[in-house]
Amino acid sequence: FPGLADVSISQDIPVEGEITVPVGSSSPDEDYSTLDEPVKDTIMRDLKAVGKKFVHVMYPRKSSALLRDWDLWGPLVLCVALALMLQGGSADSKDDGGPQFAEVFVIIWFGAIVITLNSKLLGGTISFFQSLCVLGYCVMPLTVAMLVCRLVLLADVGTISFIIRLIVVGAMFAWSTLASTAFLADSQPPNRKVLVMYPIFLFYFVISWMILTFTPQ
Amino acid sequence: IACLVMYLFAEFDDAANLLAANPDATTISIDEPVEIPKNQHSRLQEPGREEDDELLGTDDSDKTELLAGQKKSAPFWTFDYYQTFFDVDTYQVLDRIKGSVFPVPGKNFVRLYIRSNPDLYGPFWICATLVFTIAVSGNLSNFFIHLGKPTYHYVPEFRKVSIAATTIYAYAWLVPLALWGFLMWRNSKVMNIVSYSFLEIVCVYGYSLFIYIPTAILWIIPQQVVRWVLVAFSLCLSGSVLVMTFWPAVRDDNRRIAVATVATILLLHALLAVGCLAYFFDAPELDIPAPIIPAHNGTTVVTKSH
Repeated sequence: FPGLADVSISQDIPVEGEITVPVGSSSPDEDYSTLDEPVKDTIMRDLKAVGKKFVHVMYPRKSSALLRDWDLWGPLVLCVALALMLQGGSADSKDDGGPQFAEVFVIIWFGAIVITLNSKLLGGTISFFQSLCVLGYCVMPLTVAMLVCRLVLLADVGTISFIIRLIVVGAMFAWSTLASTAFLADSQPPNRKVLVMYPIFLFYFVISWMILTFTPQ
Repeated sequence: IACLVMYLFAEFDDAANLLAANPDATTISIDEPVEIPKNQHSRLQEPGREEDDELLGTDDSDKTELLAGQKKSAPFWTFDYYQTFFDVDTYQVLDRIKGSVFPVPGKNFVRLYIRSNPDLYGPFWICATLVFTIAVSGNLSNFFIHLGKPTYHYVPEFRKVSIAATTIYAYAWLVPLALWGFLMWRNSKVMNIVSYSFLEIVCVYGYSLFIYIPTAILWIIPQQVVRWVLVAFSLCLSGSVLVMTFWPAVRDDNRRIAVATVATILLLHALLAVGCLAYFFDAPELDIPAPIIPAHNGTTVVTKSH
């Protein structure tokens, strides 16, 4: 092949790499398969991860645990708990009552998705599921508020209970918003921070309103 | 001037032919406003129409108009295409809101604030805020009106949120669609100097709804007079923004059609406000007269309060 005589690799392109094929290692220390571990270990590992994230939301600091190791178990549990607790409200007719289970679900998940899309469209660098994870976990203070409200309503339904509920829900709303701000603010372009934070504020405000207006039968 | 108009028609023909021959070429969307170069534009004007300059905002720089034309070149199925509609900073959104609330007489909202950079952030989130504001304010207002009545039991009325959402989003997206279609149809018959893209119309409508947010909060006050004054006031403000935006687009048309178009725009806007007031906010009724209490000297006492 005469044409190939002058084919040569240029001097400044280094050729490097490995030509040894690693034989499958059989030493037990490098075995990362989790198929053989007891089921309890598997469940406890996930539960511990979820619990660790709850703690991070309670004391919001800049931590990468929520962002890096995102999971959606926590948000699901919180959403279901909140939706269940919002049931049993008073309803003279079907049209006047509080939100149904499906409505709470839709508001929380659809709201979180829309907010995530909004922040990504505005140029945020956070990934889709990380943002969903943060928004879902930061519903936790409001779930606690719902629990407190239901307990207060068991005791009394008058004005004093309303004032207590107002203060508790207000405080938890502020906590939720601040917690999610602490986690999400850094990934947004600096001149659009308010544009990203306002929908989050609206989201938690709507959830707080649903909690505050819950009246038992 | 006639030669100039013929020259412009010829240019449009060329562009159409190019598009037909090579449909896959990356082209600027034909929804873009007609980018008449500045020097030709000023020659197009008749001497008496200085107001066009102000309304069309000729203090724009040429560079802004040229650069804006090159923006939306990503295909519509990519994420980047939609990112171009969110290319606004905080101060720009706040400026646009301010421009919709304080209409400057003679200034066109689209040319002054949007400047070929329509965004979807404003319309979408203003509508969302308005939906929840109306639902929450209506609920609060009904609560205060009926407070104290022995038979009243508070209900959250959550179903009304979905009704509010459907109404407001339908208004903010379908009316601009209809208006855009109508303006395009008229454009094919009468050569208008000013034409808007669909997104710019959506933008104007979205931002013009902002005034209803504080209005809805103030509607909690249970006085009919106050509420109707608020309706009139907010209608004036946002209606004037809409009129000043769309009048230049229909002015060159048949007089009756132009007036009818602007009247319809205002009518729909008013209908939205009045409809929301009527449906979400119960009328602050007068209390039924208390049972007649016979006083010791035989006169009857009737109490009435509102």
